[in-house]
Amino acid sequence: MKLRMESIGTTLVVKPDGELDQSCATELRTDIDREIIRTHTKNLILDLGNVTFMDSSGIGMIIGRYKQIQARGGKTMIIRPQPQVDKVLELSGLKKIVECG
Amino acid sequence: MENYMKLEFPSKSQNEAFARAAVGVFVAQLDPTLEELSDIKTAVSEAVTNSIVHGYANAKGSVELICRLSGREVTVTVIDTGKGIPNIELAMQPLYSGTDDEDRSGMGFTVMESFMDTLEVESEVGRGTSVTMTKRIGTTIYV
Repeated sequence: MKLRMESIGTTLVVKPDGELDQSCATELRTDIDREIIRTHTKNLILDLGNVTFMDSSGIGMIIGRYKQIQARGGKTMIIRPQPQVDKVLELSGLKKIVECG
Repeated sequence: MENYMKLEFPSKSQNEAFARAAVGVFVAQLDPTLEELSDIKTAVSEAVTNSIVHGYANAKGSVELICRLSGREVTVTVIDTGKGIPNIELAMQPLYSGTDDEDRSGMGFTVMESFMDTLEVESEVGRGTSVTMTKRIGTTIYV
């Protein structure tokens, strides 16, 4: 799993690349959290366009970041999920609380 | 079609990707749709992750995976000899997680149940857990 992050104003755009499961969720979480603090992020955009697979470990990771961003008074958005990722997001109910585009 | 395969691997999280990919390639013999294949791979990923994270609690152990094809039906069994589940009913509830890591979603069994046709969990504390799930390929009727 590769990870690209870009800070635009107070918005952090996170772009993971590859398969998102438990084996990389912890590392991803640490990297994103560090960047949120370092760049004083308010809003978070998760670009899942290059995520080719995700299971419930990804859901846990996203919920954790959503809570952090919410505590900072910001918004979380998920963009470009592929069909398999979208199905897992849908089942988890995450699409009801996080804006999804 | 009658066929089966059996895998055994250590409880390393890198093997989650290996397990779902191996099952995906094996099941491809039945010519499933892309969605059916993704459903099975996601369910396998959840079962194997459970064995590694909960069964062995990230300690050393061995995970056994059996995949059977019978007619149009796929049966996947994931077995560990880890610590077992004290209360299966509770563990299977959506959002319940056996660890207090706040970043675990508690959705593993829910994903397996939703993405497969059947799910059976047998467990004994101190002995381990066995998860068996089935899915029929080609139940979508194209007119």
